[in-house]
Amino acid sequence: MPNRFSRICRISGLLLSVVFPGMVFADLPSPARQAELLNLVRQDCGSCHGLRLEGGLGLPLTPQALREKSPEVLKQTILHGRGGTPMPPWNPFLTEAEASWIVDILLKGLPDAH
Amino acid sequence: MHINSFFVANFHEFSRNDSGRFVFVRGLLLFLTVFGLAGCATPQLRGTGDLGVVIERAAGSIQVVETTRRTRLGQIVGLGDLSHASVNYSRDERYAFVFGRDGGLTKVDLLEMRIVKRVMQSGNSIGGAISQDGKLIAAANYTPGGVKVFDAETLDLVADIPAIDDAGKPSKVIGLVDAPGNRFVWSLFEAGEIWVGDLRDPARPKLTKFKNIGKEPYDAMITADGRYYLAGLFGEDGLALLDLWNVAAGVKRVLNGYGKGEQKLPVYKMPHLEGWAATGNELLVPAVGRHEVLVIDQNKWTEAGRIPVHGQPVFVVARPDNRQVWVNFAFPHNEVVQVIDVPSRTIVKTLKPGKGVLHLEFTPRGEQVWVSVRDENRVEIYDAETFEKIGELPADKPSGIFFTPRAHRIGL
Repeated sequence: MPNRFSRICRISGLLLSVVFPGMVFADLPSPARQAELLNLVRQDCGSCHGLRLEGGLGLPLTPQALREKSPEVLKQTILHGRGGTPMPPWNPFLTEAEASWIVDILLKGLPDAH
Repeated sequence: MHINSFFVANFHEFSRNDSGRFVFVRGLLLFLTVFGLAGCATPQLRGTGDLGVVIERAAGSIQVVETTRRTRLGQIVGLGDLSHASVNYSRDERYAFVFGRDGGLTKVDLLEMRIVKRVMQSGNSIGGAISQDGKLIAAANYTPGGVKVFDAETLDLVADIPAIDDAGKPSKVIGLVDAPGNRFVWSLFEAGEIWVGDLRDPARPKLTKFKNIGKEPYDAMITADGRYYLAGLFGEDGLALLDLWNVAAGVKRVLNGYGKGEQKLPVYKMPHLEGWAATGNELLVPAVGRHEVLVIDQNKWTEAGRIPVHGQPVFVVARPDNRQVWVNFAFPHNEVVQVIDVPSRTIVKTLKPGKGVLHLEFTPRGEQVWVSVRDENRVEIYDAETFEKIGELPADKPSGIFFTPRAHRIGL
C-alpha cells in the first residue's frame, strides 16, 4: 500500500508539474533524511558556498541571491553540476526529489542552525 | 565570592548593636575582601608553546586547548562565520589572529582568554598570513577580491591591494603566504596570476606580478625554507612554481598535464595545499579529482610517483620527522584518515575516526596528532607512533586545529 500510494503521489506530482511547470510536487524526504540533507547543505555545500551560504569559492545561495533563478535549473545544477566551474554533480548522493527539496529550502532560506 | 558574601551577611548581623565595632569590622572585611579577591585573581604563570586553537565552525567560537595534558582551557565566542577559518599566531605565541569566512579578523589573547580586537575587514575572506617581522597581518579576500594588510598590534588598516587584473576584472585571492624579506605572496583565482608584495615599507607595497601562470589557481603553499611558492591549478592539471631566490626567472609550470587523458572525478571539497608535505627531497601533494597522493621530486620538479589512497585527499600532512604522512579525504570519503609510510610509499594504517574528518595537526615534535571529526562533534587525539587513540575532547562541529608553534614557521 505505501508503495502504491507513493507511486500515485509521484505520478500525480509529475502530472501536476507538467500542468503547472515550476511547482514542486515531489515526495518529501523523511524527517530523518531531511535532517541529514540540512547538515549536508550547511556543512558540505557550505565548504564552498559559506556556512551561511553567503558565498565563497561558490556563489551565494541565499534566497535573495537565488530569487531570479528557475527552480528547475537550480535542481539540475545540484544534480549534474555546472560545467566549467568547480561545482560537482551531486546525483550520486541525492535523488531528484531530494534535490527539489533542497532547492525549496534554499529559496525559503535555511532554518537557523542554532 | 560566595564565601565572602556569607561572611559579610553574618558579620553585619553580629555588629548591628555596636556602631564603633561595626566600622572596624567593616574595614576588616573590606581588607579581607580586596586582598582575598586579589589573591584569587593573580594569574598563574604559564607559557603558551603547548597551546592551540580548535575552530568550532558553525557556532562561531574557538576553543583554547593545551597539548601537554590534552585539555580544554576555555572557549571564546562571537567570532562570526568560521567556515574555512584559519589562524596565525603572534611571534610571542600569545595572540591568535582568526580569519573568518565572513571577512571578520579577530585578535584573541590566549592567556586572558578574550577577544582583544575584532574588525570586519571584507565581505568574504579565505585566510591570512603574518609577516616575517610579526608586525603585519595580511588577509586574503574573495569579496571584494584583494589583500588587506593590518597592523598586528592595533588591527588598523595599513595597505589595501585590490586584485584587479589588467583588463580591470576583479579576482578572488587564494594561497596567501608570508615569505622572507617581509613579503607576502598570493594568487588570483580568475585571472590566473601570482603576485609578490614587498611590504618592507607597508605604506608603499611594491608589487611584482606574474601573469598566465595557469588556469584557476585554487590554493598555494610555500616550502618551509620560504624559497618555493607552489600554486595548485584547478582548471588544468599541473602546478605553478615560483622560485623566490630567482624571481627574475618567472613562474614555471611543473607536472604539466599529470593526469592527461584520464577522467577526472568531480571534486566535492577543494584540497588544501598548506599541509603539503615536504619530506626531504620529495613533496607529497593531493591530486585534484583523483584518489591519489602525488610524489614530486623536489630537485627536478617532476613526478616521482603516485600513491593510491582511500579518496580524494584534502590535507596531506607530514609528521614533523617526515617519516609518515597523514591524509584526510573529501566528501563522501571523509570518515577516514590514512597514514603513508614515506620510504616505502605504502599505506600502513587506515583509521576511521568518524564522519567529517576536516583537519589534522601534529604537536611540534610529532608524538601526537589531533584530528577534528565534525559530525561526531569531537576532536580525537592519536599517538602518532602506535596509532592508538589516547584522548578525545568534545567540540561543536570542529574544523581547523592550529597549535601555537606555527608562530615560528614560514608560511603558516
